[in-house]
Amino acid sequence: MSGQRLQAEAEPELAPAPLSVRGGGHDRAGRVFRWLATGSGVLILAVLAAVAGFLLLEAWPALSASREDLAAISWIPDDGSLLGYVGPLVFGTVLAAILALLLAVPVAIGIALFISHYAPRRLADVLGYLVDLLAAIPSVVYGLWGGLWLAPKLQGVWGWLSDNLGFIPLFEGPAATPPRVMMTVGVVLAVMILPIVTAVSREVFLQTPRLHEEAALALGATRWEMVRMAVLPFGRSGVISASMLGLGRALGETMAVLMILSPGLTYSWALLMAGRHQTIAANIALQFPEANPLGVSALIATGLALFVITLLVNMAARWVVSRRAAFSGAN
Amino acid sequence: MAQRIDVKDLDVFYGDFRAVADVSMVIEPRSVTALIGPSGCGKSTFLRTLNRMHEVIPGAHVQGTVLVDGVNLYDREVDPVAVRRQIGMVFQRPNPFPTMSIAENVLAGVRLNNRRISRSDAADLVESSLRGANLWKEVKDRLHKPGSSLSGGQQQRLCIARAIAVKPQVLLMDEPASALDPISTLAIEELIAELKNEYTIVIVTHNMQQAARVSDRTAFFNVTEAGEPGRLVEMDDTRTIFSVPSQKATEDYISGRFG
Ligand SMILES: Nc1ncnc2c1ncn2[C@@H]1O[C@H](COP(=O)(O)OP(=O)(O)OP(=O)(O)O)[C@@H](O)[C@H]1O
Ligand SMILES: [Mg+2]
Repeated sequence: MSGQRLQAEAEPELAPAPLSVRGGGHDRAGRVFRWLATGSGVLILAVLAAVAGFLLLEAWPALSASREDLAAISWIPDDGSLLGYVGPLVFGTVLAAILALLLAVPVAIGIALFISHYAPRRLADVLGYLVDLLAAIPSVVYGLWGGLWLAPKLQGVWGWLSDNLGFIPLFEGPAATPPRVMMTVGVVLAVMILPIVTAVSREVFLQTPRLHEEAALALGATRWEMVRMAVLPFGRSGVISASMLGLGRALGETMAVLMILSPGLTYSWALLMAGRHQTIAANIALQFPEANPLGVSALIATGLALFVITLLVNMAARWVVSRRAAFSGAN
Repeated sequence: MAQRIDVKDLDVFYGDFRAVADVSMVIEPRSVTALIGPSGCGKSTFLRTLNRMHEVIPGAHVQGTVLVDGVNLYDREVDPVAVRRQIGMVFQRPNPFPTMSIAENVLAGVRLNNRRISRSDAADLVESSLRGANLWKEVKDRLHKPGSSLSGGQQQRLCIARAIAVKPQVLLMDEPASALDPISTLAIEELIAELKNEYTIVIVTHNMQQAARVSDRTAFFNVTEAGEPGRLVEMDDTRTIFSVPSQKATEDYISGRFG
């Protein structure tokens, strides 16, 4: 741009050329695109602001209500503290999501790498297709499967864990029967987000420039060393994005948690004991049908908390990705 | 350190397609051998067979033998990974690891050998390799910046530093200067002249003057028509090839671009 202008000043007779180019059909398309892009960006911001505004507005009665009024709601603790109510829910929500992520991401990376760099072509195609298919299954199906089929099978495993590793606070016993506990939720959520995290990671790993893979191989890297030198560093930010996608799903998952977890409002690390945890989304679904107006408002306040968590998680992910942007391979 | 390479009756295939046929040549230690020829005649294909990098391409395979100091590279017991650790390669497009710093890039190959090297040894190796690649002066103050922050010519010299850091016996270069400006090209050519004292170098180039300037021996490859395999037409001292080639095809090719 500035180069063009400079030239136009130095040689006035050339000035019309850039002008006529600017008026041409190319630039009209460019302008339309710019408006579309800007418009969509603004629209997203507007929707985000509208959601935040709605949540604030609707949560306000509960946020400003007196303790006595809140305590009158049956499922709010007797001290009537809204923070005392939201706190354990936030704890449970984040715990479930992190547990799911810890279980799912390493497995997802493994499967994605197997598909992208180890499996023979034919097998890789089939597996890739299968993973995409699994990613499209609605979460309620995973919930049903987890609650009805998987949970009973996990009972023995949890029992063993609490018997043998019970000295670790996380596995403190006795393990509940039936295992309607946080650990089961974590496993089911992990299975639920596994396909999407795998699918996105695989896509990213496949994008590794051949140039970098060959650079590693030519130095005498084995396949695994090549993966470590070229593929994983290149895919790092993509895997983080994929994990955040999975985390978002886990944070908001309602039906699976509702069907599995026996709820409770405590800050407990005991993953194998029932009646200790609850997540925000499942709690809203559970209490909403019987809530009075103030109750609804209190539930929306918990929804506001979920909204904030999601925003924070995304910002954190962005920060992690940008911190090493110079080394990302995008340049 | 430098070793003699003996190629005997080598055919290279991509699947069913025979890309290179019947190549036999001897590459002397501590010399620079240039591979020249028209596009598509199989120079890169042939070069990659010298450190088994062709195996990275699905369906690519060879027939024939390549002896390095008497050992056949393609023997069953020979591990391609071990081969590549001894026979380094520099590619046409510079390919430093973008996620690594300049220093880490130089050390990448050394770390692969699972050698735990001390911090000071590593620093020494980084310096000597970068000096060897004529890059030290330009980057010594920013060794911890990403490798991709360098100019194209500097990146290519970084790749050379990375290749020589593992002290290979042979260095293969596929048009290492084709993406570079004349000054970087000159730097690389001077570098090749120095490296020759320690390494056996095979270089592919489209630049006749470059072949004439840097190489001791020149091999001319040609392909008669599309679908036919490329063949080694002749190989001789560079001076002979560029003054009195024994084959008409060589003369045509060289004079077409040279005189
Ligand atoms: N990965 C591949 N799969 C199938 N055929 C290939 C592959 N790479 C190269 N070929 C074919 O092998 C022949 C030789 O190619 P090669 O790249 O070795 O030529 P070259 O002499 O290096 O050419 P250039 O000077 O353009 O780099 C060509 O006919 C090419 O089409
Ligand atoms: Mg080539």
